[in-house]
Amino acid sequence: MQLVLEKRAERSNTIALVSPLIAIGLTIATMVILFAILGKNPLLALHAYFIAPLTDSYSLQEIAVKATPLVMIAIGLSLCYLANAWNIGAEGQFLIGAVAGSWIAVKTQGTDAGAWVLPVMFVLAAAAGALYALIPAICKVKFGASEILTSLMLVYVADLFLDYLVRGPWRDPQGFNFPTTAEFDPVATVPLLIEGGRLHLGSIIALIVVAAAAILLGRTIKGFEIRVVGAAPRAARFGGFNANQLIILTFAVSGALAGLAGIIEVAGPVGHLQPGISPGYGFTAIIVAFLGRLNPLGILIAGLFLALTFIGGEQAQIAMKIPLDVTKVFQGILLFYVLACDSLILYRFKLVLPNRQVARGTG
Amino acid sequence: MELVEAIILAVLAASTPLLIAATGELVTERSGVLNLGVEGMMIVGAACGFAGAWLTGSIFIGALFGVVAGTLMSLIFALMALGLAVNQVATGLALTILGVGLSGLIGAGFVGERITPAVHLYIPGLTDIPLMGRVLFGEDAFVYFSVALVASVWWFLYRTRPGLILRACGDNHVSAHALGYPVLRIRTFAVMFGGACAGLAGAYLPLAYTPFFIPGMTAGRGWIALALVVFSSWRPGRLVVGAYLFGAVTILQLHAQGWGVGIPSQFMSALPYLATVIVLVLLSRARTGGSTAPAALGTVFVPDR
Repeated sequence: MQLVLEKRAERSNTIALVSPLIAIGLTIATMVILFAILGKNPLLALHAYFIAPLTDSYSLQEIAVKATPLVMIAIGLSLCYLANAWNIGAEGQFLIGAVAGSWIAVKTQGTDAGAWVLPVMFVLAAAAGALYALIPAICKVKFGASEILTSLMLVYVADLFLDYLVRGPWRDPQGFNFPTTAEFDPVATVPLLIEGGRLHLGSIIALIVVAAAAILLGRTIKGFEIRVVGAAPRAARFGGFNANQLIILTFAVSGALAGLAGIIEVAGPVGHLQPGISPGYGFTAIIVAFLGRLNPLGILIAGLFLALTFIGGEQAQIAMKIPLDVTKVFQGILLFYVLACDSLILYRFKLVLPNRQVARGTG
Repeated sequence: MELVEAIILAVLAASTPLLIAATGELVTERSGVLNLGVEGMMIVGAACGFAGAWLTGSIFIGALFGVVAGTLMSLIFALMALGLAVNQVATGLALTILGVGLSGLIGAGFVGERITPAVHLYIPGLTDIPLMGRVLFGEDAFVYFSVALVASVWWFLYRTRPGLILRACGDNHVSAHALGYPVLRIRTFAVMFGGACAGLAGAYLPLAYTPFFIPGMTAGRGWIALALVVFSSWRPGRLVVGAYLFGAVTILQLHAQGWGVGIPSQFMSALPYLATVIVLVLLSRARTGGSTAPAALGTVFVPDR
């Protein structure tokens, strides 16, 4: 007797809807086992992870703050993945955006520059992120080089470049030798939404990005092209859609969004440029994109959920001394379950009885 | 002369983990499976390898821990990509994300600990030969193993029947299946072999390259190994050349810092990654007349019965 996969006649919409929920359920079940192995009370740990952050307004704001870069990057990545272009280097585009935007902030520091500074930072960051993403896209389209590998290599390059700047030319002379720029001037800082809180304008921008992506994918020809090229490349060719052009376009857009997210993070919650400005947002956003079914609204929900795991992880570390890496393990396991459950949209399990196999003579 | 010798020794040491990991991935890809989780398997191999060696005091058992850890990780991949026919790119990424987390979790207790690294071979007389001796007869066991490994893989792929069948699965799984070969089972073994190699390559880092463990110590070597497989056009011979070239770039970067070249260290450190991008572009560009990749690489196969 053997369990085998069988292709469904058509994709199951029921499973498409419930599979993220099943995946989250399975992940939590796995986490319970992991907490038990670590010698922590699983119920208390789950409470610290998923309930406690939802009970006070400070944590709720933190969740929104953390979700902002995740959602913005994941929206861009979802466009790439829908078009079957594998941008894995959002982390690098995020860092380069942060660097490019910080450039103006560093140059105008201490001068009486006006309110134009922040918008210019945003534009520069988006442009730099887009250009940085275009490197792998053009290498792919012109030379056929794997965009997966090139975009990923550029993450390390961006990381080292940022490191060089904050240890060298941009280092704060009053920073006690720490590798960081000086705190940005108020005109170079993302405004807060709530007085005394941490919620900032970036969250609104993220919501606008979600809405724009929903309109692009649902209501425009370009969005239709992206989906067709990804889902049915042959049909797209017959339809006269240019797949290469879409790779360039989706990479540029996702790079721009990642770059924008980078400067929003630096000019918002962080307040200055330093190494380690991203706890792996670019990679976590890949999970957000898949958990959100590559759908803008889904990504918004998934982004909030993964932000919850970051905040919950921090609280669990403080309250129960649970290592911070548990959050990364959690996110990895979640991605596995999401992908596995998605398999059931296209396939179903079937039991094959041995006598039937013999009768048909395999081997 | 001593400097030349030192550089060659350093290049071999830097190349060995790349060569081991890339050889495993080459077999995996030759069977038609693209496992992008090499970095994840390597980093777990590094943590488990160090843990094993630290707990038992034996480098060999440490290496074994690394191999087992890499294999177990690859089994998760096989279950997903082969058993459930999930997109291989996404699954490989998931494996790396999970691996980074697991490695941090396992390794957390070992940060700051030290072990005695793998001993280098010493044969009186032979090892003492100037220049040649240390390079040929004074390496650690991993270096010799890596050469033997890639040679055996070459022999297996091109001189044995199972090797032929494995390549057939990679080039045309439908035909291989029609001929009655168990494509998914063969691919599972190929994925496990790749995982074992990646785990060993990861374990090499704390067991022989440095005597300690730090989180994230693979630093993208798994991804460079993946690029090397492309570089080699899926041939073991060229893989050796590629791995040593990349080892050389890594060491060049380290030595240039030592020689006081007036370039910021971060730019030198970026060299291996930039070299990877450039090599990928040049190779893909040179390859007119179609790709040399296994024809079924990365495609999902669900046998109909």
